[in-house]
Order: sequence, then C-alpha cells, then structure tokens
Amino acid sequence: MKKSEKIAGNVANYVDERTGAAKWLKKNLTKVFPDHWSFMLGEVALYSFIILLLTGTFLTFWFDPSMREVVYNGGYQPLSNVKMSAAYASSLHISFDVRGGLLMRQIHHWAALIFMAAMIAHLMRVFFTGAFRKPREANWLIGVGLVTLGIVEGFLGYSLPDDLLSGTGLRIAEAILQAIPVAGSYLAFFAFGGAFPGHVFIPRIYTVHILLLPGIFLALITVHLMLVWYQKHTQYPGPGRTEKNVVGYPLMPVYMAKAGGFFFIVFGVTAFLGAVASINPIWLYGPYTPGQISAGSQPDFYMGWLDGLVRMSPPLETHAFGHTISWNILIPGLIVPGILFTGMALYPFIESWMTGDKREHHLLDRPRNNPNRTALGAMSIAFMLVILINGGNDLIATHFYLTINQIMWFTRIGVFVVPPIVFIITKRLCLALQRKDREIVLHGRETGRLVMLPHGEFIEVHEELSAEKKYTLTQHEQPRALEVPDTDGRGVRNPQGIKGKLRARMSQAHVEQVSAPSESEAKALESGHH
Amino acid sequence: MKFGIAKLSSYRRHRFAAPALLLVALLGVGSTFSVASALTASKAETQSAMSTQVSEGKQIFERGCSSCHGLNAEGSKIAPALIGVGAASVDFQVGTGRMPMADMSQQAMRKPPVYNAEQSAALAAYVASLAPGPASVNEAAITWQRDGNTAQGGELFRTNCAMCHNFAGQGGALSQGKYAPTLMGVEAKYIYEAMITGPQSMPIFNDKTISPAEKLSIIKWLKAAQSEPSLGGASLGRTGPVTEGLLAWVLGLGILIGIAVWLASKAR
Ligand code: HEC
Ligand code: HEC
Ligand code: HEM
Repeated sequence: MKKSEKIAGNVANYVDERTGAAKWLKKNLTKVFPDHWSFMLGEVALYSFIILLLTGTFLTFWFDPSMREVVYNGGYQPLSNVKMSAAYASSLHISFDVRGGLLMRQIHHWAALIFMAAMIAHLMRVFFTGAFRKPREANWLIGVGLVTLGIVEGFLGYSLPDDLLSGTGLRIAEAILQAIPVAGSYLAFFAFGGAFPGHVFIPRIYTVHILLLPGIFLALITVHLMLVWYQKHTQYPGPGRTEKNVVGYPLMPVYMAKAGGFFFIVFGVTAFLGAVASINPIWLYGPYTPGQISAGSQPDFYMGWLDGLVRMSPPLETHAFGHTISWNILIPGLIVPGILFTGMALYPFIESWMTGDKREHHLLDRPRNNPNRTALGAMSIAFMLVILINGGNDLIATHFYLTINQIMWFTRIGVFVVPPIVFIITKRLCLALQRKDREIVLHGRETGRLVMLPHGEFIEVHEELSAEKKYTLTQHEQPRALEVPDTDGRGVRNPQGIKGKLRARMSQAHVEQVSAPSESEAKALESGHH
Repeated sequence: MKFGIAKLSSYRRHRFAAPALLLVALLGVGSTFSVASALTASKAETQSAMSTQVSEGKQIFERGCSSCHGLNAEGSKIAPALIGVGAASVDFQVGTGRMPMADMSQQAMRKPPVYNAEQSAALAAYVASLAPGPASVNEAAITWQRDGNTAQGGELFRTNCAMCHNFAGQGGALSQGKYAPTLMGVEAKYIYEAMITGPQSMPIFNDKTISPAEKLSIIKWLKAAQSEPSLGGASLGRTGPVTEGLLAWVLGLGILIGIAVWLASKAR
C-alpha cells in the first residue's frame, strides 16, 4: 500500500468509526432504481428547478425590486428618457447592459416553462399508471402542492419586471382577489398596500418569489425525494417484477452517472433555447402604466387556462346588501380552479373509497387496464385544453382566419361537451386495447404471412408470443365491483343509504374490464386446432 | 444584443445620413418652388386643371366604385356614403388596395392597389369636390426621419394603438371576425392617413388628440420597431407568451422526452 492510500484509508476509517457511514453508504449506494423513460419526467422538473435557482440568483445581483420612478438612460434607445419603475429599468439593464444578462433572463424563463411542463407531464404519468395509490398518497399531495405553488411562483416571477404585459396580468389577479365576496376588497387593499398598483407590491412579491416560495419548494422537493427513497420506486409490471421487489440498476455507479449526465442534457437544452429563442421581450412591451393595454395580452401557459376560463364566462353579477358579487370572475377565477385542484388532490382517496381497495401497490397499472381512471384523466386534460384554447382565442382567430366569437362559443359549449365525449371514447379505446391484448395472447401476433394448405385453404400464420410478453399482458388483476348489501342483518333496507348506492354505482363503472385470458382458456386453445 | 442597440442608435451617424437629409431638403425646396409657381399661374388655368381632374375622377368612380357607393357617392345599402370623407380617406383606401373592395367579407383587406397614383389622385379630387374633408397627405410632409421622437412615439403607440394593433404593431383580433392589421411595412403616408381618417373600426385621431408632431413620433417608433433586429434570438412572431408556451412543450420538453426514451432504451 502506498503512503497516500494509507492516509486516505485512515481518514475514511476515522469517519466511519464515528458515523457508521460505510454501512449507510453501502446500503444506499446500492439501492436499486427501475428504468423507464417516463420515470425521468420528474428528474427534468428537478433539474430545471436547480437551473432556476442558479439563474435566478444571478438575476438578483442586478434586479432592483422597487416601484420608485426613474428615467431610463440605458442601452436600449427606443425607451430612452421614458419614465418607468426601477424594477423595469433594472430588468432592461440586465437585458442590455449586463454581460450575459439577457441570456440568463431567457434561460430563467425557459427553465420556468420547462419546469412547469415537466411537472405536469410527471403528474400525468403518476396519475395514469396509478402510482399515487397506497402508500404514496402523501407524495401525490406534495406533487399537487408543487404544481400549485409553481403556478404562483411563475406568475409572481413574470410580474417582477413590471412591464406592460405583467401589469395587465396583475390587474386581472387583483380583479379576481376583489371578486371574493365581502373580504375581497380588503384583501386586495392589503396585498397592494392601497390602491392598485401602489408602491409596495413589487418588493413584496420579490420576497415571496426569491425567498419564501423557493424555500418551500426546497423543503417539499426534499420530502418528496425522501419519500421516493424510503417507499422505493414503483415499477412497470413484467416477468420477475412483483409487489415485493424492485428490478433495476444500483444507484452507484449506473444510475448516478445517468442522472448526472441527464442534468447536463436538461441544462443544455434549456440554455440552447435561451440562446436562440426570444422569450418575454419586455423592452417591446414597454413599462407598465395603468390605462395602457396591448392586443393579445396573454399569461404564460400555466396560467393560460385560467385566463381562458375568465374570458369565456358570460357577464353575471348579482347585487345584494350593497355588495356586488361578480360571478363572472368569481366562478372562473376561484371556484372552478378550487374544485379542480381539490378534486385532483383528493383523487387517491376517492379512488380507494370507490374500489374499496386499501392494499399497498408497488406495481404500476398499464393505463388501458384501468379504463375508468384513464378516461377520467383524458377527460380532465381535454377540459384543460379546451379552456386553454380560449385563452389564446385572439391569436387563434387571426392565425386561422376564425372569429373570436366563433372560438368563444365553440369553447363555451365545448367545455361541457368535449370532456364527456373524450371520457367515453377513451374508455372504449382502453377496452378495445384490452380486447386486442387478449386476442394476441390467445392467438398470437399476426405475421402477415399467408400459407396455402394442401387442400387449398389460405391461413395467416400467427406467431405465438413469448412467455414474458404473455405474462406482461395478463398479470393485471381483475377487480370486482363492491357489493353493497340490499338489507343488513336486521332487515333494514339499503343500510348505507344514498352514499352506498353511489359508491356501488361508481365502483361498478370503475371495474368495467375485458377479462384477461385465464389459464384454462389458454390450455383449451393449445389443445385445439392451433 | 449590444450590436443591435448600436445599430439602432447609429442611424443618426450613418454615412448616408447627410446625403439623405440633403435630399429631403432639396425636395422641400423643390416643392415650395412648384407651389409658388403654381400660385403665379393664372387662376382660371388651375381651375380648369382641377376640374379636368375631378371629371376624370368622376369617370373612374362611376366605372369602379358606383356599383357599391352609388352614382353620386351618396352611399347604398352595402357601402357608406363618401360625401365628406375627404381626399385622405380615398387616398388611403385606394392606395392600400382596400378599395375597390373585392368581396364583401368582414373587412376590406389590404391588396395590391388597382389604380395608379394618378387615377387615385383623380378619385380623391372627385370625392373631395363633393364636400370638404381631410386632404390627402403629401409624402414629403411626413418628415419622420428628421422630426419625431422614438421613445415618445412608443408611449403614444402603447396608449392609443397597442390595444388593437399589439404592443409591437403586429396586429390583433377584434370582435366579430374583424382584426387590426399588422403595421409592419406600411408606408409612413398611409400610417398618417389611417390616423386622420380612422378606417372602419379604427377611431379617428384628429390633431387635438394626437398632434401632427406626435403622429410623426408614432411613425418613427413604428419604423424603429420594424427594423429592430430580434434582440433575444428568434422572435417567435412577437405575439407574447402563447408561442413561447408552445415551443416549451414541443421543443423543450419534446426533446428531453426524446432523449429520455433514447437513454432508457440504451440501458437495455
Ligand atoms: C364591392 C363594393 C365596393 C366597391 C366596388 C367599392 N367600395 Fe368603397 N367601401 C365599401 C364598403 C362596404 C365600405 C365600408 C366598410 C369598409 O370600409 O370596409 C367602403 C368604404 C369606403 C371608403 C371609406 C369611407 C370612410 O368612411 O372613410 C372609401 C373612401 C371608399 N370606400 C372608396 C371607394 C372607392 C374610391 C372605390 C372605387 C375605386 C370604392 N370604394 C369601391 C364597398 C365598396
Ligand atoms: C379600435 C382599434 C384600433 C385602434 C385603437 C387603432 N387602430 Fe389602426 N386599425 C384598426 C383596424 C380595424 C384597421 C383595419 C382597417 C381596414 O382594414 O380598413 C386599422 C388599420 C390601420 C392602418 C392601416 C394598415 C394597413 O395595412 O394599411 C394603420 C397604419 C393603422 N391602423 C395605424 C394605427 C395607429 C397609428 C393607431 C394609434 C394612433 C391605431 N391604428 C389605432 C383598428 C385600430
Ligand atoms: C420554481 C422556481 C421559479 C420559477 C417558476 C421562476 C419563474 C420566473 C419567471 C417566469 C420570471 C420572469 C423572467 C423574465 O422573463 O424576466 C422570473 C423572474 C425572476 N426570478 Fe424567478 N423563478 C423561480 C425561482 C427563482 C429563484 C430561486 C430566484 C432567486 C434566487 C429567482 C429570481 C428571479 C428574479 C430576480 C427575477 C426578475 C428578473 C428579471 O425579470 O429581469 N427566481 N422568475
């Protein structure tokens, strides 16, 4: 042993004897992670968050969160001598007079969009595969919290530069706040420290944007990852994969190397976008002045659906007891989003109540094997897309030669009609796919090869599936609908009341399935003519 | 981005700036001279020249416009009366090819003009002879290169025009299928005339709401916005966050998912 090695060994020993690190490391570094592309969506979100931390810190060095009025005198000529807030002026300064500043602003904003998109895609993966089931309900709740806070964080972020577009967004936010019955105007007054826009709002949201929410994010993400660690990752079904094991690669070195490499890929793609594609060109928007507004004022996409909802609501107001209740803002701005997000958060509990399934699940569902859930998810996505379309109605109108009114009415009706249709189609599609699975398990895959038999008959050669494939296609369980007793032991009819009936009805819809081929069916076929 | 800004601000110091100014000055002198000589010519002669132009205009009008606007421009069920709209309105509508209207769609679209400058002037003279209205604008009088203030123009534009024409003059949708067109590439003269005549859904901005000097500033800002290179990379149409969101999903997340699929398949 060389001298240096000996010293290193001694140091390691010293640390290990006092902390038990070796045992801990051995246990954790060999931890196994399954491998699938859809498991990397969460990673994309995590890495873009890290990019946001890095670029955001860079921006804080020059950003001046103040609504003090200044006269612009920087590098962007078309705005010279224009009066504006210090916040806007410093954002221009970052863009034009700080080396690499515009690149950093653009990477920050692209990373924010990718962060939100990746979180949403990750959430969809978790939903459609049933990864939220026991014991992972807590992590589902954290995820819903992260998405919600992400929307808020992004909105506050693009409100910081105090340009015309962000001011327009804040104005709408203020209107939504004010629409809350009774407390609304006080809340708005409190948030803005007086009449809109006031002087305290930018400094306040700055603290929230760079300190409070990032802190909460860090805490939530840490807990989220710790839970993944201790509950272990779920895996897709397949031969050798059970509810009791995890099949994959050890954390060290395979997974670590891959994850590290993937971080740089995410950084690379984000930086590439920041370098080649303009985002939030605040110098074109101009400084915010109440009374100015631009055609096509849209929020970022993660707020776009909310904007679309507000745009489509018909003018509805009631006057009562000297108060005006603006339903046209209250319903799309608060009530519908409230229902959506509460429903999303509670879904794991709703599903387990509906199915009566209280067991732990570590194997994922193939989306087609749970038609009801998959259809519900598709329906929600359809709803979001319809209202998102209305959020961009003016741009769609000019680019596709339609009228705003056509799109408005299409989405007003569509928001009620399209999601149910999507639900039905998706459910039928899932069942059809199940039927196809059953078909190819029993009869093999069509090869397209025709063979003429001696007596002149043509048949197509079917290739039998491998045992592994057969297993994968048939391993899922066939749930049964909950039985709700008509009478209980003492002869009381319908003991669980409406709730029980509803539950039975929902559970019945939920378990609608094409039965997977059973052992005996397969046997019968094998001994038959094939 | 440094380069872009330098380019914008360097117009004044451009090596062609002096010759260009000289040219503008010469044109100014020339037109003063021609006006002066026209004044000295006999009054009768002018009037007969005017009336031939008007009668020429009337002829063209009867052939090309009367089917919709009526034989004496008195209007009809399908088109408004043109009495009192002034030469500026005709110059704008005919010069930008909007009139004669091709199809009776939501709004007259900009097309290649049907009539040349002379015919258009004749039409304008004819309509102006019916009743007084805003006169057409002389190209040489629109001295936005020399006068006007870009930054002030930007503020005026955001206050008065951006709500229909978008923050960067890219155009936008109005209700019932109407739209405010893009202002990129519109000649200075027509921008000016659009402001004083207010075509269709656009309001009229007379000299009290926006002074002539301020109008020049607006034109100057529009021209600057048009020639401003895209400072942050591809401009994505300068229409705001919708295209950005689309790109983030398709290119951003799209590429990353593609790479994830590739990485996961490599592992096997
Ligand atoms: C096919 C029918 C049609 C024809 C042909 C037509 N116009 Fe028009 N014009 C309209 C309509 C409709 C409007 C009003 C709505 C609009 O501007 O789109 C109009 C508006 C105008 C206006 C604007 C009036 C205002 O209030 O400022 C002018 C000027 C005008 N036309 C001039 C002409 C001239 C000159 C011609 C012939 C070269 C002509 N039009 C031919 C249908 C027509
Ligand atoms: C209420 C909305 C509205 C406002 C405000 C408005 N415009 Fe317009 N503008 C329009 C519409 C609509 C048209 C199309 C008219 C047509 O097609 O005949 C138009 C046309 C124009 C055109 C002609 C473009 C072309 O393609 O030939 C110019 C130039 C123009 N506007 C400039 C301005 C300027 C400058 C301002 C601000 C001082 C302004 N507009 C304010 C609605 C508006
Ligand atoms: C989830 C995390 C975050 C999201 C979604 C987010 C989003 C945004 C967005 C969309 C903007 C507008 C950017 C622009 O176009 O100008 C912004 C601005 C800003 N962000 Fe963040 N951000 C996050 C985290 C952070 C962090 C951690 C910091 C600092 C430590 C930070 C500092 C800033 C600053 C200073 C600005 C204003 C700079 C400017 O606009 O010129 N952000 N943020």
